[in-house]
Amino acid sequence: MKEPFIRDFDPIDTFVTPWATAADAAWNGQIVLMGFLVCLSCGLVGAFIVVRRLALMGDAISHGILPGLALAFIVMQSRALLPMFFGACLAGLLCSACIEWLQRKSILKPDAALGLTFTSFFALGVLLISLHGSNAHIDPDCLLYGEIGLIPLAENLSIAGFDIGSRPLISMLAITILVILALTIFYRQLLVSSFDLTLAKTLGLRINLIHFGLMLLLALTIVSAFEAVGVILVVSMLIFPSVTAAFFFTRMPVILLCSIPLSVIYSCGGFFLARWLDCSIAGAMVVVAFLCFVCAWVIGSQGGPLQRAPHLRRVVAES
Amino acid sequence: MTDTPSPLEIHDLTVSYQRKPVLYGIDLVVGEGSLVGVIGPNGAGKSTLIKSIMGMIPHNGGWVKIFGKPPGKSCSRVGYVPQRESVDWDFPVSVLDVVLMGRYNHAGWFRRVGKKDRRIACECLEKVNMLPFADRQIGKLSGGQQQRVFLARALAQESDLYLMDEPFAGVDAVTEKAIIEVLRELKSQGKSLVVVHHDLSTAREYFDQLVLLNMRLIAVGKVEDTFTRDLLQKTYGGRLTIFTEVADQSAGIREYDKERRSVSSME
Repeated sequence: MKEPFIRDFDPIDTFVTPWATAADAAWNGQIVLMGFLVCLSCGLVGAFIVVRRLALMGDAISHGILPGLALAFIVMQSRALLPMFFGACLAGLLCSACIEWLQRKSILKPDAALGLTFTSFFALGVLLISLHGSNAHIDPDCLLYGEIGLIPLAENLSIAGFDIGSRPLISMLAITILVILALTIFYRQLLVSSFDLTLAKTLGLRINLIHFGLMLLLALTIVSAFEAVGVILVVSMLIFPSVTAAFFFTRMPVILLCSIPLSVIYSCGGFFLARWLDCSIAGAMVVVAFLCFVCAWVIGSQGGPLQRAPHLRRVVAES
Repeated sequence: MTDTPSPLEIHDLTVSYQRKPVLYGIDLVVGEGSLVGVIGPNGAGKSTLIKSIMGMIPHNGGWVKIFGKPPGKSCSRVGYVPQRESVDWDFPVSVLDVVLMGRYNHAGWFRRVGKKDRRIACECLEKVNMLPFADRQIGKLSGGQQQRVFLARALAQESDLYLMDEPFAGVDAVTEKAIIEVLRELKSQGKSLVVVHHDLSTAREYFDQLVLLNMRLIAVGKVEDTFTRDLLQKTYGGRLTIFTEVADQSAGIREYDKERRSVSSME
């Protein structure tokens, strides 16, 4: 018999079975938690990235890290974690610096400079891997799609003999905490330099340093997230939470706070959707994020179609 | 008198954009408590002058001193009112947020914004009649109101030198009046203001000193000495014909003067 196009929805299988036994609950809990942490840290950093009109910088950095990964592997001849991590961050930062430099010092338009740089970086990475890293087990496909479902399989991290949990999960948690701390402490510097560079300069801020700091935070977030969830989830999570929240709220702190409930919706919703349809979890999370975005756009108070069409608004008000 | 360095001193400032010179050899000293208007035709380098004073644009020659120090060192004593188009008005901040940004240096970058800073920000908004809009997102304001928010933010900085880039461009009459009142009040407090202005018909009334600029410094000094037909003609070149009537009116040129000119042009 032919498989139906969409699987029948089975609420028990979708909502209850994943948590039926302790082992299942621990396994699936790790997946959902990882999704939540990725969405949250990306959403928070992304809010500032979006208002700085750098929405695609995440895309650029996430592709730009590939030559760093490849070089780290070629130099170290192993997939040791730390060299890979630093190689990736360094390449990501270099990629963003190249983009900045091209935008300022050449006649290239910003989008052209961005597209040119990150594709070159990615191509260089692919070349390096196929030349010297054929046994590196770095698969550019995996970089793009990731597999969050395998998070529970990752090795456990132990400190002083104590098993403290899955390594990607712990490092993502650490990065999320770092992001929250950095954005809280440097909130005003980031806000002023994002809104009005001239004022930032007048107030004596070192705008290049702030920009570099934000790019560093972005690179750290992307690198720690991508191996588990892939570039596509990372890039979309940088953009979706803040633009969705912006349909309802007009102040930065509230938009940042909205990342929390939205991350819960994305990660849980994506998990259950993937469970129902038996599809990629990361992909399902992005689909949920997209649906939330469309809902927000329609019902949001800031510039949706309902707001713009007076007769529709009256209908809504009456009903 | 020379005990305290002047708020703004520029010597032989030269700026070019990608090898195309925009400003040549500008010399300028702005004293304490002066309200200086910078006028000149489009492309004369008025905004460039302000931006290079701020250090936003690198200059090829000469130097700028603000209170005797290079621009980077005394930035906190400078308030800047940018052109309205220079920021993204969809940015998720409220009117009060923007004005509070002007207080960050006083409030400390890492401490909570205190009651005092909030009070000062509200007072600054009150001065420009924008207090009722304090909670509104900045994109939902008219052009004039946006300009007044910028002005309130500059006030909140409590600077000693203000640089303003076309604060009167495209604003309504109410805003224009509000702005000029604030400028005069600041001047009376001994602050110095350098204002880029594009409207010749009001320049004479608004400012007590003028800088006539067209890539070079044409003239600088009291309005009575600089707002003359000769100098304006020199500043605006052929383009002054558009302004002639306005200029004549404001400069108080008598009727026979006009006749004489028409005679001389016939010769």
